[in-house]
Amino acid sequence: MPGSFVPTSAEYLRVLPEIVLALAGTQVMVLAALTPARGRRWLGYLGQLGLWGALAAAVAAQASPGVAFSGLVVVDGFATFFRVLVIGAAILVALCSYGYLQREEAERGEYYALLLYSVAGQSLMAASNELVLMFIGLEISSIASYILAGYLRGDPRANEAAVKYFLLGSFATAFLLYGIAMLYGATGSTVLEGIGAALARRGAGLLVGAGAALMLVGLAFKVSVAPFQIWAPDVYQGAPAPVAAFLSAGPKAAAFAIFMRVWFTAFAPVSDRWEQVLWASALATMVIGNFAALVQSNIKRLLGYSSIAHAGYVLVAITAHSEIGTAAVMFYLAAYVLMNVGAFAVVGFLAGRGERRLEIDDLAGLGARQPVTAALMTIFLLSLIGVPLTGGFFGKFYVFRAALGAGLNWLTVLGLLTSAVAAYYYLRILVVMYMHEPAEASEAPPPQGAALRLALATCAAGTLLLGIFPSAILGFVNAAAGAR
Amino acid sequence: MNLLDAVLWLPLAGFFVLLAVPRAQEELIRRLALAVGLATFVLSLGLPLGFNRSSSAFQFVTNLPWIASPPIRYHVAVDGLSLWLVLLTTLLTPICVLVSWRHIDRRVKEFYALFVLMEFGLIGVFVALDLFLFYAFWEVSLVPMYFLIGIWGHERRIYAAVKFFLFTMAGSVLMLAGIIYLYILTGTFDYPTILEQIVSGKLALGWNEELLLFLGFFVAFAIKVPLVPLHTWLPDAHVEAPTAGSVMLASVMLKMGCYGLVRFSLPLFPASARECAPWIVALAIAGIIYAALVAMMQPNMKKLVAYTSVSHLGFVVLGIFSFTQLGLDGAVYQMLNHGISTGALFILVGYLYERKHSLEIKDYGGVATPAPNLAVLFMVTSLASMGLPVLNNFVGEYLVLQGAAQVNFRWAVLAAVGVILAACYMLWLYQRVFLGETPEAVRGHVFDVRPRELAAMLPLIVLMAWMGTATRTFLPPISGTSTSILEKTRVNVEYHARALNAPSVAQAVSPAAGQANGLPHPSKELPRAR
Repeated sequence: MPGSFVPTSAEYLRVLPEIVLALAGTQVMVLAALTPARGRRWLGYLGQLGLWGALAAAVAAQASPGVAFSGLVVVDGFATFFRVLVIGAAILVALCSYGYLQREEAERGEYYALLLYSVAGQSLMAASNELVLMFIGLEISSIASYILAGYLRGDPRANEAAVKYFLLGSFATAFLLYGIAMLYGATGSTVLEGIGAALARRGAGLLVGAGAALMLVGLAFKVSVAPFQIWAPDVYQGAPAPVAAFLSAGPKAAAFAIFMRVWFTAFAPVSDRWEQVLWASALATMVIGNFAALVQSNIKRLLGYSSIAHAGYVLVAITAHSEIGTAAVMFYLAAYVLMNVGAFAVVGFLAGRGERRLEIDDLAGLGARQPVTAALMTIFLLSLIGVPLTGGFFGKFYVFRAALGAGLNWLTVLGLLTSAVAAYYYLRILVVMYMHEPAEASEAPPPQGAALRLALATCAAGTLLLGIFPSAILGFVNAAAGAR
Repeated sequence: MNLLDAVLWLPLAGFFVLLAVPRAQEELIRRLALAVGLATFVLSLGLPLGFNRSSSAFQFVTNLPWIASPPIRYHVAVDGLSLWLVLLTTLLTPICVLVSWRHIDRRVKEFYALFVLMEFGLIGVFVALDLFLFYAFWEVSLVPMYFLIGIWGHERRIYAAVKFFLFTMAGSVLMLAGIIYLYILTGTFDYPTILEQIVSGKLALGWNEELLLFLGFFVAFAIKVPLVPLHTWLPDAHVEAPTAGSVMLASVMLKMGCYGLVRFSLPLFPASARECAPWIVALAIAGIIYAALVAMMQPNMKKLVAYTSVSHLGFVVLGIFSFTQLGLDGAVYQMLNHGISTGALFILVGYLYERKHSLEIKDYGGVATPAPNLAVLFMVTSLASMGLPVLNNFVGEYLVLQGAAQVNFRWAVLAAVGVILAACYMLWLYQRVFLGETPEAVRGHVFDVRPRELAAMLPLIVLMAWMGTATRTFLPPISGTSTSILEKTRVNVEYHARALNAPSVAQAVSPAAGQANGLPHPSKELPRAR
C-alpha cells in the first residue's frame, strides 16, 4: 500500500486516455442535446478529435510506465499497445461512420458518445491489473456496444442483434463476475500478481478451478471462441456495418488483452491445467468458424464466422503461452483490425441505403464497375486468406511459429489446414467481384466520402505495411511481450 | 544490387507502370507489357553470360536483411539449377504477351498487369534462398494465375480457378508448417545455412521428424508437379485458362514443384527421400503411363496436351528420385524441354482456337492444306514432344531412362512405354487435325500463321533444335549443381540407416546402383554420427 491515498500526477497521466475519452464522450452527449437535430454532423468531428486526443494521451502515458492507484492500473508496453490498437480501431470506425450515418439519416450525436465510452472501457481493460477494474472496464465497453448494435432503431435486424447481444452478453458478464468472486474467495486477492502468488504458494483447489472456468466462459464469450461463439454471426449480421466492424475489432482486442493478463499472470502457476482446455477450444473455434463460413451467402454473416475463425488463430497463440505467443497475439490483432475494419467498411459502403445489398452475389462485376474499391477489398480478402506480403499472412505465420515453438505441432497442422479451407469462402467473394458479370444494369456508384476513402486507404496501406515490413511494429510488440 | 536483382524487380516495376496507364490505352498497354517482357529477357541473358560454368556455387548473390526478428533475409542467387529456369520464365513472358495480343480483348490492362506480376513471382520462386522468401513468392505467384484463369478463361473457368488455388493452398500450408519447424530447430530461414547444418550433422533430425517434414514439403511440390493422383486440378486449369495462362502454367508453374523437389526435398531430407523413393517412383511411372493413355483418348486438344504434361513430368520425378547423376541431369533438362515444347504446343492449340473457336479434335481435319506453315510448326513441336532424336525432349528422356536403368532396369522399361505412347498420341492428333480431307468449315476459318504468331513461335522452334543438338550449352551448369546436390544426399544419409539398423536405404537404391553412384553400402558399420 502506498503511503498516501492522494494520487500523484504521474498516476493521473497513466489513466489520461480514459479521462480524455470519458470527458470527450460526455461532451458529445451534452452538446448533442443542445444542438438542433439537423446540425449534429460536427459532433462526429468532435468525437474524432477526442479519439486523437486519447491516442496522444496513450502515447504520452507510455513515457512514464508503471502502476497507478495502488496497483489497479498498470501502464506498460502491452497496455499501451492495446490502448493504441482499440483507439486506432475506433478512429477508423468513426471515419467509416460519417458517410454511413449520413446515408442512413441517423446522424444523432450519441453514436459518437457511445463509441467514445466503449473505447474508454476497452482502454481501461487494456491497462487494468486487477479483476474488479477489468470487470468495470468490460461493462463500460459492453453496455455501450449493446446500444451501438441496435443504434438504427428502425431496423428490426439491428434490434434483434442488440437484444441477442445484450442478453447473452449479460449472462457472460455474470459468469465472469461470479468467477472473480470465487477467485477472490479462494486466494484473498483480486490483484493479478496477488492471485498468482497465492496459487504458486498453495496450488489450485476446486474453488479456483471453478472460478477460472467461469471466467473462461465469460471471456470466451467476449472474444467469441468456441463453444461460446454462437452470438457473433447473428450480431455482426444485424448490427450496422461500421458497428459490426467496431465489435469485431475493439472489444475483441481488449478482451484478448485481459484474457492474456489474467491467464499469463494470475493463472501462470497452474498453466498445465488450462493449456489443454485452450488447445481444444482453439481447434474447435477454427473448425467451426471456417467450416460454417463456407455455406454463408450474406457477407456480413460470412465475415462474422470468419471473425470466429480468426479468434481461433489468436487463441492458438495464447495456448502457446510464451513470449512469442504474446507478441503473436498482439501482431495478429493489429493486422486483423486493419483488414477486418477495411472489409466491413467496403461492405457497409456497397450495401447501399438500408443495407439492402448484402448478398455475395450483389458484388457481381464490382471489379469492372469500381476497380479501386474492388482492388482494396481484394487486399483485405487476400490478407484474411493469409497470402504473403499482407499483414494477415505474417500474423498467421507468427501465430503458428509460436505454436510450433511451444510444441503444439498438431494444433498447428490442423489450424493451417482449416485456414486453407478458409481460402474457399474468401475466394468466393473474389470470384463474384471479378468473374461474374453484373446482374442488373449497373447504376453509377455512389460517391465515397473523403473520410471513408481515408479509412480504406489507411487500412489497405497498413495491411500491406504489416505484411511487407512487419518490423514496423514487431520490435515494439516483441519488447512489450518480453517485458511482461 | 546486381543483375539478378534487376531481372527480378523489373517486372514488378512494370506492374506499377501498367497500373498507372489509363485503361483505354489498350495498344500502349500491350506495347508496354511487351517492352517489359523483352527488357527483362535481354537483361536475363546476362546471367548465363556472366555465369561461372565451372562452379556449382550460388552466383549473383544478394543477401540483405529484410525482417530483423525472426531473421528473414532477402537472399537471392542462381545456380545451375535455377539459372535456366529463370531464363525460361523471362523468355516465355514476352512470347505470351505476343500470343495474347489479339486473343485478349477485354480488361486488357488487368491482364498484362497481372501477367508481369506473375513473372515477378515466378522468377522469385526460382531465385529465393530464404525459405520464408521462397514461400512468399510461391504464394504470390499463385494469385495472378488464379485471376488469369478465372477472368479470361473459358466456360468452366471459375471452377478451374478455385480448384487450382485450393489444391495449391492446401499443399503449401503444410510446407509452411515445415518451414517454421525447420526455423525453430535451426534459428534461421536461410537455406544454405540450414543445408550446411544438416550436411555437417549439426542438425540431426529424428527419423519420424524428418519423414514428416519431408512429406510436408513433398505434398506441396507433388501437387504442383503434379504427381498422380494429385494431378486432378491440372487438366481443368489448363483447359479453362487462356492460352498465355496455359503456357505459363505448364512451362513454368509446374516447374516450381520439380524445382522444389530438387532444391529442397532431396538435400534437406535425404534419408526420407531415399526411403520414399520407390513409392514415389511407382507413382511417377504410373503417372507416365496412365496420363499417356488418358491423353490418347481425349477428344479435346487442350486436355490432350494437359495430360501429356502429366506424363512428361512423370519422367522428371522419375529422374529426380533415381538418385543418379544421369537421372537428375536428365530431370532438370527435361524440366526445360517440357517448358519449351509443351509451351509451344499450347500456343499452337491456341492459334487453332483463335481461328475456329473450338478445341474439339473432331471439328478439325486437313488443316495442313489451308495452313501449311502452321502444320510444319505443329509437326516439329510434336516430334520434339514425343522425343525424336536431335530435338530437345530426346536428350532429357534418354538421360532419365539411363539413370533409372542404373537403379532398376524395370523402371526404365516401364517408363519407356510412355515414350512409345507419346508417339502414338501426338502422331494420331496430328493426323486427325492436320491431314485428310479439309471440311468446308475448316477451310473457311483456318488461315496460316501471321508474322506476329510466327515471331512468337520461332524462338521456341530454334531452342528445340538447339537443346537437342548442342547440349553443351546448357548441360554443364546443370550437371555441376546436380552433382553437388547428389553429394549432399549421400553424406548425411548413412547415419539414419545405421541408427535404425534398417535396410531401407538398401531397398531404395539397389546394391548395384549403390556401387554405380558411389553410395557406401549401408551394412558397412561406420561410427555413429549422432
